[in-house]
Amino acid sequence: MSDDRSGGLKGQLWETIEKSDLRIVVFTLGFVYILFAVLIVLEQGASLDTVNPIVGAWRQITFLAAAYGILALALNLQWGYAGMFNIGIAGFMAVGVYTMALLSTSPDAVSGMGLGLPLWVGIPAGMLAAALVGLLAAIPALRLRADYLAIVTLGLSEIIRLTAGSRDISQWTEEHLNFATGGGSGISLPDRPTDPIFETATGEALIDLFVIEVAGEEFELVSSSIVQRFTWVVVMLIVMLGVYWLLLRIGYSPFGRVLQAIREDELVAQSLGKDTRWFKIKIFMVGCALMGLGGILWQGSQGFTSPNDFEPVLTFYVFIALIIGGSGSNTGSVVGAILFVGLLFEAPRRVGSVIDARVGLDGAPGTFRGAVEGLTSLEIMPLLAYTLDNLAPLQFVLLGVVLVVLVQRRPQGVLGHRTETAAAADLTKRSPRGENNE
Amino acid sequence: MATAQDSGGVFEELSKTLRANPGLVFVLLVAVVLVIDLLARFAGQEIPLFADRTLGGDLSVARFGSLVWEGIVIGLIFGLAGIGLSMTYSILNFANFSHGDLFTTGAFTGWGVALLVAGFGVADATAGYLIFVMDGRGPGPAEVGASIVASPLAILAGVVMAAVATALVALVLDRVVYYPMRDRGGIPLLIASIGVALALRSAIQFVYGSGTRGITDTQGIVVDVRDIIELIFGDVEASGGLLGWVLDASVNLHRTTLVVVAVVLIVALHLMLQRTKLGKAMRAMADNKDLALVTGIPTERVVRWTWILGAGLAGVAGYLYVLERGAMDFNLGWFLLLFIFAAVILGGIGSIYGAIAGGLVIGLVHELSIIWISSDLNAAAAFAIMILVLLYRPDGLFKGVTTA
Repeated sequence: MSDDRSGGLKGQLWETIEKSDLRIVVFTLGFVYILFAVLIVLEQGASLDTVNPIVGAWRQITFLAAAYGILALALNLQWGYAGMFNIGIAGFMAVGVYTMALLSTSPDAVSGMGLGLPLWVGIPAGMLAAALVGLLAAIPALRLRADYLAIVTLGLSEIIRLTAGSRDISQWTEEHLNFATGGGSGISLPDRPTDPIFETATGEALIDLFVIEVAGEEFELVSSSIVQRFTWVVVMLIVMLGVYWLLLRIGYSPFGRVLQAIREDELVAQSLGKDTRWFKIKIFMVGCALMGLGGILWQGSQGFTSPNDFEPVLTFYVFIALIIGGSGSNTGSVVGAILFVGLLFEAPRRVGSVIDARVGLDGAPGTFRGAVEGLTSLEIMPLLAYTLDNLAPLQFVLLGVVLVVLVQRRPQGVLGHRTETAAAADLTKRSPRGENNE
Repeated sequence: MATAQDSGGVFEELSKTLRANPGLVFVLLVAVVLVIDLLARFAGQEIPLFADRTLGGDLSVARFGSLVWEGIVIGLIFGLAGIGLSMTYSILNFANFSHGDLFTTGAFTGWGVALLVAGFGVADATAGYLIFVMDGRGPGPAEVGASIVASPLAILAGVVMAAVATALVALVLDRVVYYPMRDRGGIPLLIASIGVALALRSAIQFVYGSGTRGITDTQGIVVDVRDIIELIFGDVEASGGLLGWVLDASVNLHRTTLVVVAVVLIVALHLMLQRTKLGKAMRAMADNKDLALVTGIPTERVVRWTWILGAGLAGVAGYLYVLERGAMDFNLGWFLLLFIFAAVILGGIGSIYGAIAGGLVIGLVHELSIIWISSDLNAAAAFAIMILVLLYRPDGLFKGVTTA
């Protein structure tokens, strides 16, 4: 979409949009919203009943986009601003979520066991814990080469996940310390802080906004559960804005200029008397705290979490989101998150169900072999049906291919051509051994 | 024979190194405590320490022996797979995160062929069912009979296929993904390899399905050593003593096959690196790429052979791992990737013998750590060792040994 600046009406439209960061984000989100509205109408037909699934899909997209947005911004701070290649995002998220859970889950939860402290203790403590683990990793690891730092952070994130999933540790802490992670079966989480609103008159009024009268009867345009969950998404969007603002402030500050200097040439920054190591450690800690926050708002808001929520592949999704938008660009991080969630993560499934509803392929073969055997008798239908039935793996093939193509052809991302405070970290210009001096 | 003076010099040197390296003192202390603890366990003694903590406990020598053996077996897999990772890391200059999925590729393609050969003529087992590694419904492992006892030829055909297919896949990937990015530095290549890993793993899932399936036939693969000896030498009259102990033991033939194939491949690779021109060129490129270019080494050809050898070995490792484990799914190599990295880092990136030694160390740590810590943390122990080595000895445990 960004390459289309070829004059005419389209070109003019793009020019207007491109002038402001907010307009770019809103335009992207609007584009994804319209796409999904169209897809759902194609699947289920246009009627008042389709409003609910459309709003539901919008909620899902916005929820994930805000979550990935926060995480991509945090990663941008570490990688885009300071050139630190951290692929342990999932681990830092886990530290945040589990610390929050161990402090704030009630002592008699179904699975796991917390201290039952209020959320305003649990959430900052989660961020603090993530920052401290970041510090622990950063002090020795930041002097390593970029690719070594990558392996260290990945190893650390796996150690965190395995520790959280350990039954023996969970049992031991339950006996001695009165909290427990629940091991592999996971831990229950406290309710979303926005939920109590809906027990008050304000909340009911909010739900009533979406109830209309059709032919004399009350009709629920958007179900109350979606309204309730959308409210939480609004909180997440506000937090994302806050993180964006924080990064902007950091970028404009003298501190941010030092970071930029470090990324461009660490030796020069050192020669100017800057203690580059401390700058990097600080920024690494802030980034890790934000990753913890992202985890808390995302996995921490769903009532339950388990070590499976923090597989390393999650880290790679955040990287894809950031690379789509262009590493180094804050607006790019947000736009990349929206595009990743909308086009790569949710859209393939939707398109699949549209085709399923329109064409109606029954009797899909259970295995790929069955599908290919159909081909020998020149029947393409079994293969199509099998493909539709197994869109999930194909979607991940697509993710991988997109990542490769982006790194090969457009390392600066969709918004990489724009200049921002901490300008795009050009992937092409990295030295073979990364930028960290040994 | 060392004179008193010599040994004095050694001690002096040792104390100098220790003073310079307080971390090493700590490592040595831990090692000493662990050895004492182990000996106490063998003796069945408990030594009270403080509070209710004790050293020692109960552990039979036989159980320890079997843990060591398991560690060596899994360690050889890590080492065999690690060779390729180490080679691409030093010659192409990037950490290849898709190496684990090359491992899986080898396992699936190799077993497809092995099952096809082993299951030839078995009722209800169509060629497609066997080639796609028993997806869906059909005869089980016992009926197909893929084991080293029932059909050794099939197992060997599988080894060859695993190597060939994985090497081909790696060559295609190199041409499409890595070749256009040769001069782009480590991090972009690393990111690209993450994309390749995702795509390759999911493609395998799409084609073969996501279920875990049993593959090998285990009937008659555990045999007594006495039976084998008697088969070769006729009757043996021995009981008691070391010989008796060996004769009374039993071996798992699949594990033995794994060890034999792995050792043969390692020796062959060693000879290739030392004796052939290609091997020399590879070592030269790993040591100093610019110098290699100036000397007129055809670098692209060396890169191609690096992929063929590295991926081929990874494929065989994946295939052998399934032979030992008996079952597989599409996540096989992805889950082992970090262990393979640990092996390579421990041995020093670029060193092939280091990768094997590192693999053995990681394998032993993985198995033996069960004695001391909870079994759901033994993987974490292996990763922790990897991190510590990266932090404090980034050139690997066997510093100074470069490629071959």
